[in-house]
Amino acid sequence: MPTDTEFLAGDVDFVGLAASLVMVVVALILSRWNRLGIEQSIGVAVARALVQLLGIGAVLAFILDPDRSLALSWAWVVVMVFFAAVVLSRRAGEVPGLFPIGLAAFVAAAIVTLGVIFGLGIFPLEARALVPLAGMMIGNSMNATVVVARRVVEELRDKRDEVEARLALGHSSRRASLPYVRSAIRTALTPQVETTKGVGLVFLPGAMTGLILAGVDPVDAVKVQAAIMFLILGSVATTTTVVGFGAASRLFTPDHRLVALERPAGT
Amino acid sequence: MDQEPLFRFDAVTVEGSAGTRLREVTLDVPASGITTLVGPSGSGKSTLLRLCNRLEVPTRGRVSYRGRELSAFDPLELRRQVGMVFQRPVLFAGTVRDNLAEADGDADIRRLTDALERAALDGSFLDRPANELSGGEAQRVCLARTLIADPDVLVMDEPTSSLDGQAVSRLEQLGRRLADDGIPIVWVTHDLGQVGRIADRTAILMNGSLRFVGGRGELPADGDPALMRFLEGADAD
Repeated sequence: MPTDTEFLAGDVDFVGLAASLVMVVVALILSRWNRLGIEQSIGVAVARALVQLLGIGAVLAFILDPDRSLALSWAWVVVMVFFAAVVLSRRAGEVPGLFPIGLAAFVAAAIVTLGVIFGLGIFPLEARALVPLAGMMIGNSMNATVVVARRVVEELRDKRDEVEARLALGHSSRRASLPYVRSAIRTALTPQVETTKGVGLVFLPGAMTGLILAGVDPVDAVKVQAAIMFLILGSVATTTTVVGFGAASRLFTPDHRLVALERPAGT
Repeated sequence: MDQEPLFRFDAVTVEGSAGTRLREVTLDVPASGITTLVGPSGSGKSTLLRLCNRLEVPTRGRVSYRGRELSAFDPLELRRQVGMVFQRPVLFAGTVRDNLAEADGDADIRRLTDALERAALDGSFLDRPANELSGGEAQRVCLARTLIADPDVLVMDEPTSSLDGQAVSRLEQLGRRLADDGIPIVWVTHDLGQVGRIADRTAILMNGSLRFVGGRGELPADGDPALMRFLEGADAD
């Protein structure tokens, strides 16, 4: 049994980690009992999570070493931004040329949010703050950008009659698409707004829970969590706006015609 | 034709993902009266119409408007000159006033009312919710919305196909009045009865090819079996 001090330091040893696998066994038993047939999938997921987390832990331990240059952390942020744009362009493949738009969105979000967080001294600019904050900012924004890109395509495809009626009135493609881009951004942003509303009442977010487990005063943990939530909200708003308008611009020709948007097979 | 044509289609071909929609169409549309583009569903008549305001562009060939190639126009300016009315009345959320404002946000009450009256509606419609109008009223609001921009020409894509008998008759009368007031109209239809009532000139398309061009009351007396079947009403849509 760990002592109270060890527990509060968040020090889970490998025996403790192995013990937590009991919960995986529970999931496996429930899957078998309910005949869900996902036991192998659970096993693969747990193995991948362990390998990936231990791997990233080793990389972070290297990057976050106080003796290393902060430039290494910035390089890590650049790599994260690059791969976020790659993932976005793959997952929303129906929008042509989305990679540079995704790149611009994540760079803009990084400039805005990290600029505020470090520029105003909310967190000290050091590796152990920069890397996890950038990771949370990018990770939470990625799903929202995929949602907004797909919604823009769906809106413009399903409301093609309305869009062409606007174009026929002499509206530019940007003006003709505006109501539908707004709707898509609203859809993508709403879950984050709802999450922000429900925090503390409906659930306790991870960063705050982690800090409390590590022995930080709950009030201090709450302040950190609030700052992080606002960072994520700002980031999601920035990325969805850039991707929403950017994706729409890719779906019109330079002479303001809506391109053909095929309905996915089976719908 | 002595007068410079309104639209000139010169060997126009349009290809799409589903195949060729127009093949080598050469046609002059006169700058007055009502020209009907007629043909069964899939004949390419709507594609030909959409070329007029650059909602489509030709794959090959050229389209000119009043002697100037369409690609030389600013597409946004061209679309305000070539007003379009679609097959299904498309109204935006809000009131009739909101819809008219989409065409010209600066239009004063006199212009709004004038546009409604040209479409056989009156000022009382301005504050009516757009989603509470009948099909015929909705199509006339769409016409009023197009007229707000003072277009030089109207292109209408089967504007009566979703309307009942009385609304059809009213829209045809409106079209005739606008044409007589100097706004030439290109009117797509598959209804040969309508052609007889409104057309000053008719072009018939079959499978993307132009098959006949004639004046008022003229229809081909003979031709290939598909064309004859269409004219006999067996393949109207």
